[in-house]
Amino acid sequence: MEVIFILIGISIVMASSFLWLFIRAMKSGQYDDTYTPSVRILFDQKVKNKEKQLPSTKSK
Amino acid sequence: MSKTQKIVPEQLAKTCFHCGEQCAVEVIAFDEKDFCCAGCKLVYEVLMESDLCTYYTLEQNPGGTQRGVSSRANRFDYLLDQEIVHKLIDFENETDSHVTFTIPLIHCASCIWLLENLHQLNEGIISGRVDFLKKSVHIKFRHEHLTLRDLVVLLSSIGYEPAINLADIASKPAKSVDKKLIFKLAVAGFCFGNMMFFSLPEYFSEAELLADNFRGLFNYLNVLLSLPVVFYSATDYFKSAWMALRRRIVNMDVPIAIGIITLFLFSLYEIFIVGQEGYLDTLGGLLFFLLLGKLYQQKTYDTLAFDRDYKAYFPVAVTRVKRGMEEVIPLTKLSVGDIIRVRHEELIPADSILIEGEAAIDYSFVTGEEVPVLKRLGELVYAGGRQKGSAVTLTVQKSPSQGYLTDLWNNEAFLKKKEASLESLATRISGKFTVTVLLIAFAALAYWSFTDVSLGVRAFTAVLIITCPCALAMSTPFTLGNTLRIFGQGKFYLKNAEVIERMAQVDTVVFDKTGTLTNPAEASITYEGEPLTQQTKGIVKFLVNQSTHPLSNRINSWLEDVSVELVAGVTELKGKGLLGYYKGQEIRLGSDTFTGAKATDGLAGNQVFVAVEGEVLGFFWIQSGLRPGISDVVNRIGAGRKIHFLSGDHGHEREHLVNVFGSNVVMNFNQGPADKLKYVKKMRRRGRHVLMIGDGLNDAGALRESHVGIALTAAASNFSPASDAIMDASALSRLPAYLEFSKLSKTIIKASFGLSFTYNAIGIFFAVQGLVSPVFCAVLMPLSSISVVIFTTVTTNYLAYKRGLKTKIM
Repeated sequence: MEVIFILIGISIVMASSFLWLFIRAMKSGQYDDTYTPSVRILFDQKVKNKEKQLPSTKSK
Repeated sequence: MSKTQKIVPEQLAKTCFHCGEQCAVEVIAFDEKDFCCAGCKLVYEVLMESDLCTYYTLEQNPGGTQRGVSSRANRFDYLLDQEIVHKLIDFENETDSHVTFTIPLIHCASCIWLLENLHQLNEGIISGRVDFLKKSVHIKFRHEHLTLRDLVVLLSSIGYEPAINLADIASKPAKSVDKKLIFKLAVAGFCFGNMMFFSLPEYFSEAELLADNFRGLFNYLNVLLSLPVVFYSATDYFKSAWMALRRRIVNMDVPIAIGIITLFLFSLYEIFIVGQEGYLDTLGGLLFFLLLGKLYQQKTYDTLAFDRDYKAYFPVAVTRVKRGMEEVIPLTKLSVGDIIRVRHEELIPADSILIEGEAAIDYSFVTGEEVPVLKRLGELVYAGGRQKGSAVTLTVQKSPSQGYLTDLWNNEAFLKKKEASLESLATRISGKFTVTVLLIAFAALAYWSFTDVSLGVRAFTAVLIITCPCALAMSTPFTLGNTLRIFGQGKFYLKNAEVIERMAQVDTVVFDKTGTLTNPAEASITYEGEPLTQQTKGIVKFLVNQSTHPLSNRINSWLEDVSVELVAGVTELKGKGLLGYYKGQEIRLGSDTFTGAKATDGLAGNQVFVAVEGEVLGFFWIQSGLRPGISDVVNRIGAGRKIHFLSGDHGHEREHLVNVFGSNVVMNFNQGPADKLKYVKKMRRRGRHVLMIGDGLNDAGALRESHVGIALTAAASNFSPASDAIMDASALSRLPAYLEFSKLSKTIIKASFGLSFTYNAIGIFFAVQGLVSPVFCAVLMPLSSISVVIFTTVTTNYLAYKRGLKTKIM
């Protein structure tokens, strides 16, 4: 049964790290804007080569 | 590149590729696309050169119209002033600067895309980050490559001109207060969950199976976990209770604080001295639910600001004329006697005397009246109006903060904060509640002490623990939080939940007339004079189509199903009227002096004359009409409440208003901004609970002074004066229902108080007998809280649905 001491230790550490992650995310402003990222994710990434556009074959 | 050419308007159906508006005045064809004005075309050119045309593929016609946007090169020169730059910039190091702008135009995915790809336009820009809901963009740039002024010029060249006003220059408020509550909630939730986990063996009486050292360990872990709950999460309750006691009142937080302290101390005593398990899991749960309720009540609206004063409306800079030279200076440096120049669409920043030019001032934000007021040379022009037409020159008479309008904000009403209403329902009840609980606790102590002192102490603490008004404290925030959301869905946005309780007390309602009772867009138009033929109507329609003047728009909507006749050489003379030629005949549409007509005196509203070849045919008589259904609204509110009207106009419409609204309404005319404030103040002194509803800056004082101030606005994101609530004009017809519902939510709170009293009675029944166990506590506490939450949520939503304030039940 002594293994429970270790398990309790692990569970507390895990739970605390989740709390810490949440507080860190909160402080970094992750929850400040909950709308814009949903739009931003749909934008096409532009390839960074500066050659002027050839008629693109990829679907836009 | 293809040629740019101007086409005389023939296809009116063409829409601008950039902004999607109808090309009414001209169509500029460029690169096989149509543009409504040079500005829109210019934006397209800029974007095309930088290979940013994805902007146009993400959304159709994403831009804002560039018509009427000033293109004067030096208008951002004030951004070279280091003092102003420092106040605008969020962060600065040797190479980079960060700045946040509010851009009202942000409205679609294209906007986000373009503003986040600004670095392709100018290499000085590092990145842009849009917050769509706040309509703001955070830009990082290298200030060696690009000054702040150049950045703003660049933004305005692509059509996204930031709104920079006087309030931005004032000290920036720190905004991190409401995050604290979330941290506290997170900590409480974390501790609560883990404490429940460690208390599980106790709940199921499995403790015997575990060795004693486990029990000890679990209890000590619980003590450890309870420390952040008591000393961090619960601090607000201690503070608030202490403040209340110092003011010799008992608010809801006093019994909560007593409960928390008793729970904590008694549990420590049980764990360390008696060697039992204590009630710490209950304590964790209590705080978790309480803070959850608090958070729920704090519904905030990102895009709305409830505390704007004139500074949020006034510009930062003004053009001053000194020794014949124009210079752009910050408004704060403007002093009495300066000569200023105000151009088309610019604000009059201070009370001044007109010394040159023709002033047609649009006071729509101040009074709610859209039609510009004409001013003559030597006349005093009040601050807050917007010049329409050519540039005017003025001499400043009063400093910007001391004017006829802005002096309002120096009134004492704006200095003191609206005190939290002491008679809130919860506060009143919690006083009696606390006294009763303490009496019962002492009675139990006294009763048991005759036989068994330790049992007496147990009963005493048990009463305090079990009656901790968790459920009681939850009923108010959840009912009000739900009501707040229901109102918000109906486009009636409240500043905070307290406003609902104040709304329920309202016994007097004061309406501003212009813009509130009347709607500029609902103008009533009558034509008097020689009857108009279809042809003449078509000519008039074409003429008014070319103009953005409010009166033109109204005549245009009056001539809805008339087909236009083509008129050549249309010119608009600002402040005068429209001039055009139809088959060689000169057509004039406009004011009396412009058409050579004689205005009929004594007619309220505006007259627009039609003249052909100098001969006046007749005139359109345009009165701002009452909002549809407003008399019904006023009647329904008037049942049981006094109604007052305040108007800045002369009394010529009194009879008309009496006919519509009946004679029970008290009407007051010729009310200036300060008069309105005084009027409301006088009524409050008489012990009236006044609800003021107005729309313009001139109502700001009265809105502030009233018990509940509601600002009416055509679009909620527009500028509105400081108020307790912002209401979309479309929601005005539901105001009586909202007032009734605020009373109803008070009843719901009372009912849920009844529910939680029942739980408390059951709890006390066991507690006085000293029969309370930790498991009993751990079950009863969350059960009572959750059932109260469910009860209030279901009843508020159901009742709102039944009254037509919601379309769905949930």
